[in-house]
Amino acid sequence: MANSIENIELKTGIRTEDMVLNMGPQHPSTHGVLRLELQLEGEIIKNIIPHIGYLHRCFEKHCEAMTYPQVIPYTDRMDYLASMYNEFGYALAVERLMGIEVPERVEYIRVIMGELQRIASHLVALGTYGADIGAFTPFLFCFRDRERILHLFEITCGARLLYNYIWIGGVSHDLHPDFIRLTREFIKDFRPNLKELNDLLSYNRIFIERTANVGVLPLDTAINYGVSGPNLRASGMKWDLRKDDPYSVYHKFDYNIPIGTGERGKTGDCWDRYFIRVREMEESLKIIEQAIEQIPDGDVTSAIPKRVKPPEGQIYTRVENPRGELGYFIISDGSTSPYRVKVRAPSFVNMEVFPELCKGWMVADVVAILGSIDIVLGEIDR
Amino acid sequence: MKTAEDIFKILKDKFGDAVLEFKNDKPVDPFIIVDPLEVDKICLFLHDDSDLLCDSLMNLSGVDDANGEKIKSATSGEHEISIINGGTLSVWYHIESTKLKHKVTLKTSTPREKPEVVTVTDVWKCAAWHEREAFDLYGIVFLNHPDLRRILMPYDWEFGFPLRKDYKNPEFYQGMKVPY
Repeated sequence: MANSIENIELKTGIRTEDMVLNMGPQHPSTHGVLRLELQLEGEIIKNIIPHIGYLHRCFEKHCEAMTYPQVIPYTDRMDYLASMYNEFGYALAVERLMGIEVPERVEYIRVIMGELQRIASHLVALGTYGADIGAFTPFLFCFRDRERILHLFEITCGARLLYNYIWIGGVSHDLHPDFIRLTREFIKDFRPNLKELNDLLSYNRIFIERTANVGVLPLDTAINYGVSGPNLRASGMKWDLRKDDPYSVYHKFDYNIPIGTGERGKTGDCWDRYFIRVREMEESLKIIEQAIEQIPDGDVTSAIPKRVKPPEGQIYTRVENPRGELGYFIISDGSTSPYRVKVRAPSFVNMEVFPELCKGWMVADVVAILGSIDIVLGEIDR
Repeated sequence: MKTAEDIFKILKDKFGDAVLEFKNDKPVDPFIIVDPLEVDKICLFLHDDSDLLCDSLMNLSGVDDANGEKIKSATSGEHEISIINGGTLSVWYHIESTKLKHKVTLKTSTPREKPEVVTVTDVWKCAAWHEREAFDLYGIVFLNHPDLRRILMPYDWEFGFPLRKDYKNPEFYQGMKVPY
């Protein structure tokens, strides 16, 4: 360690000090308005202090002034890349609190929508991750495919991003007559596109050099920090709430839970976190294929209650959102509006481990690590 | 795998008076009420004990119980209650074991005038931000917390804690009129 900073200071008498660099809140690769205070020693990260809250609108306070069904459009606006799943989780929590049985067709529609949403969300994650690191073409390819999913959502409920589609006890509209045909066509076209994405980005030498072995998240740290979803699975734990805390009709389908294996570097590095999402899209395609084969007929609005007035009590319900464990903690005081809604946002918890991942890496790696966690600021700040 | 009642019995044997009560009325999820100043020891035991192994904190949330004396203001329009005197604030912990697949819910209540709960950051690192959020929005002080600052609200916010039931919007914030 002849050239360590302490030695140089001793020899030359020149004093060195840490530099503080602000990244954001308007930095394009922070995926929104996030400010990172980087404490640097040269170009090495010593510590990172994330400053969040720029999008805070106190969603939880709004809920207390709304009736239960009125909360649903607000849940859309938390994780705006996975709105369907936010509605799904909220509707599930209120239904469990009230003891509503949902018709089977509704459950199938929810699963199909949820998995399509997972693919759409992962496509944004992967596309922007490539763009962050300097590969711009895959970004356009991903958005081309995502556009077709948004079109499917649009013919179903009229909206492309913020749906208000999944309601307590049902869904707002039945499927469009063309929906099944268009979904089949999408799946048929999307499989080759996935291979194309792999050739273009996943196995690209430059991309692997930037991401493999970078920002390794060990499994015990991940669990202690409450990391969930693809980030936890990339660290090598087979944990998916669709299997481990089953809800809806997921038990009827045959699919695998991909986990990180350290194929290109160490288990739990950025490349693993990236590639787990590619593999999850394949599994989601399998689920959608089976669901559109098996979907029964029936009325989708029959179980929607006229008046949502749950009994007094509290419930914590969680679903596997594209980003991880999305939990709703709802306290009811027996009236028509919730007494307390707390959202356990997966990005909020995943973000907390981020400073740990970055310590000892270079400034350029911060972008690679942040992109691999896949955060949505709308959900962190709520 | 253990039920909530089994876990309550284990905790009651170990901690005695610090574990206050077990509630299990449908449709409410069963929960255990514990002492706010002993909660860190209870959580550490839950985390370390080989029969319990609760390695994951799913969620931590503050709640305003609003069970104190409510003083209504004369000029009440939208907000009926202007001040709540006395009563408690609560913190709920949703804990699970990913290995043994059981869950347990803890609740602890602390007086509204001096809300103090011991931090569980030493047990689960992810509690740090959850606790900062509860501090930010409810004003619950977590003793021994490594970094208790506001997290979602602006750092210079001095108009109270927004999720309390008796919170009132300020008229001006840094020269800007608040209800626009």
